[in-house]
This record gives sequence, C-alpha cells and structure tokens, in this order.
Amino acid sequence: MKGWRELEIGAITEAGSADSYNTGSWRAFRPRWIEENCIQCLFCWIYCPDSAITVKDGKRGEFDYNHCKGCGICAMECPGKKGKKAIVMEEEGK
Amino acid sequence: MGKKLAVTGNQAIAEAMRQINPDVCAAYPITPSTEVMQRFASFVANGKVDTELVTVESEHSAMSACIGASAAGGRVMTATSSQGLALMWEMLHIASGMRLPVVMTLVNRALSAPINIHGDHSDGMGARDCGWIQLWSENAQEAYDNLIQAIRIAEHDDVRLPAMVCMDGFIISHSIESMEFLSDDVVKEFIGEFKPKNPLLDVNNPVTYGPLVLPDFFMEFKRQQHEAMLNAKDVVLQVAKEFEKVSGRSYGLFEEYRLDDAEIAIVVLNSAAGTCKDVVDEYRDRGIKVGLLKPRLFRPFPYKEVADALSGAKVIGAYLTGLTPLVVSDQCTWRLPQP
Repeated sequence: MKGWRELEIGAITEAGSADSYNTGSWRAFRPRWIEENCIQCLFCWIYCPDSAITVKDGKRGEFDYNHCKGCGICAMECPGKKGKKAIVMEEEGK
Repeated sequence: MGKKLAVTGNQAIAEAMRQINPDVCAAYPITPSTEVMQRFASFVANGKVDTELVTVESEHSAMSACIGASAAGGRVMTATSSQGLALMWEMLHIASGMRLPVVMTLVNRALSAPINIHGDHSDGMGARDCGWIQLWSENAQEAYDNLIQAIRIAEHDDVRLPAMVCMDGFIISHSIESMEFLSDDVVKEFIGEFKPKNPLLDVNNPVTYGPLVLPDFFMEFKRQQHEAMLNAKDVVLQVAKEFEKVSGRSYGLFEEYRLDDAEIAIVVLNSAAGTCKDVVDEYRDRGIKVGLLKPRLFRPFPYKEVADALSGAKVIGAYLTGLTPLVVSDQCTWRLPQP
C-alpha cells in the first residue's frame, strides 16, 4: 500500500467511474430474470438506477451483479407476460 | 516604488485583486466585505481584468464555484465576512482537502446573534481549523501586502493550500488611511503565472476530484495536509523575504513591538494591535517594560517562535477581539500596574 509520501495530494485519482468497483456486494435481495416471461420491453433497463441490466443488440441479457444493489425497482416495473413477472426478488444466500 | 494613496481597506484589497488579475472570482455580498467585490466587479465590467466573475446565490455556492474553478485549473479568489464565512464552512474543508490554492479575503465581522455588522474575530476563529492558511493584518497596507503574498504562499509546490487574509471590518475595511501600492508590473512579476496541478480542463489527462476515501487511506491524505501546513511556515518567510525586495516592507511570522526586554507582553491580532502600540509607548514612557506581539501567520501557528519571543516576559496577556463565552476564565484576566 502507498504511504502519504507517494500518494497524489488531495486524493486526486485517475478518471473513471464505479465500473471498476464491485458496488453490488451489500445486496440483501437478488433479482432473478425469468427469460420465458420476458417480453423485451426494456422497462428494467430504463428504470435501473445502477445501469445493472446488460443489453446487447436491443435485447436484455443477464444482470450485472457487480453493480446491482438489489433495490427491486426492475421487479416492480416489470410487466411480465400473462400475469407472470419476468423478474423476481429472492433473498441473498438462500 | 509605487503610488502612495489614501484608501479604505476594502479599496486596497480590490486594488490588489485587480493587480493579481485572477482567472475566476465567485462571490456573494456581505457587509463589511461587500465593497471589495463591488469595486472588483466594476474592474471586470470596465475590462481592467480578465476575470470571469460568477455572481452566485449564497456564500456556500461562492466557495463551491471557487473550488470548481480552482480544480478546473484557474487562479481563484473571493471575499466574505461573518455569516458568509460561516455558510462556507463545509466547503472550506473541501478546498483544503482537495489542496486547491484559493485565496480569500476575510473582512472580520462578529457572528450573530445578536446581529452586529462590526468586527470581532469570531468568524475567522471559527475557520481556524479548516485547513486554510491564515494571515492577519493590522491595517490596509498589511492586508494589501498579505493578499499578494498569500497567492505565492498558497500556490507554492510545498504548500498547495487555500489561504485567507483577515482584516478588521469597518475599523480597517471602511476607514481611509494612507498606504503604498506596488506597480502593476511588480505585482504581476512577483506572483508569476499560475501553474495548475491536475486541472480538470486538461481533457487529455482526465482525473477524478473528490473520490470516496475510507479509513485505509484517509489519514494518509490528512497527513499530507498536515505536512503542507508545517511547510507553510518556511514558505511564508521565504515569500516575505522576496516581497521585501520589491516593496521595502518586511514581514515575519509575527511582529514584535518593544518586546525585547519587556516584562509584560501583550499578544493581540489585527487593528487593535495598532492601538496597543500607543499603550505600550505610554507605559514605556512611565518606565514600565511593556511590549507587544502581533501574530501575522495564525494558521499554521508558529508555536515555538511565539514561545521564544515571549520567553522573557513575566506576564503575558492575550487580548481577544470579541469574547468567546466561557473560553476565557476570570483567572486569566490581569491588569497593568498603575504607575
């Protein structure tokens, strides 16, 4: 670890974002994606406050669990298919 | 040598700011410092300076804008008083923690309540431990000289800390006295060009200001600040020496007035020191050995040097401009012997 003599003064660091940090580690509930109920409306992607829904070629993929904090907004907003949610929240560690 | 003119303290400060020509000034008016920015705003309007003047909605915003501008890579200045400084308090720590050499004039004024626009030192004393360098000034001349030197001290590579120049509200800020200005060229050459460190506007080398730093590294950065503060003392003396060459006026960490053989020493800041010098003379005339020590560099406080200077005195009295309730006990008060 660097000491005070080596560190840049004022805690000025390289430019970046939370992308390189695992900020999802304190999650208590974990969203699970059920692909068969997903209509690809991308509401989850729009509402996610942590950009933790990965999208490729206009289709949603798996959650980015390094950044998902388990707030549950995606599960709340998910319209699902025929009354069945495509995202459900499950307790971590179970 | 420059011109000798009769001006108010605020005018002297505004004139120093014109000569310094900072990149950005963000300020919010408050008595008694209002006149500083009012005069400076007319310099901006009349094209006498190249400064970007940001008129903001509060002093909290003023200091926030100063911080942003300084991090962007500019030489930044502001001025305030009393409640204004109190409202800046949170941001004062951000400026010093990010090691931004913002330079501010504090026209000392009592903090409310009861509301009082005149000068005690409760505002500056409240900001004593915010990581800012503090230079205190007896009169307009010292405030002017201190402000120009503060630029060099704050921006010095061994320091890189914000600095505050204090002078008394009304007694100095609004009273007219004769003082000597340096010429524009001399000031320009003395302060030199500002060299930004990690500026945000250097888009080819992007940086992050203000990241989260948890206990594993927090004290490392506080230690850096502490060391910079310790360095400031030598830098203050070094800059003062250079300043003497261009101005003929000499400055130290503090001023000693008839202190050499004094048995009774009075320690007093700012304008009251001027009055005290007359009192010292009066008592000296009566054969009583009284002397005065007027701190100039108050943060970092030169403990050892002050202790050495006062070591010969049998009695030391510290006079506070203002009264901080319960800080001074009755046992500490003393009287000069009546001749």
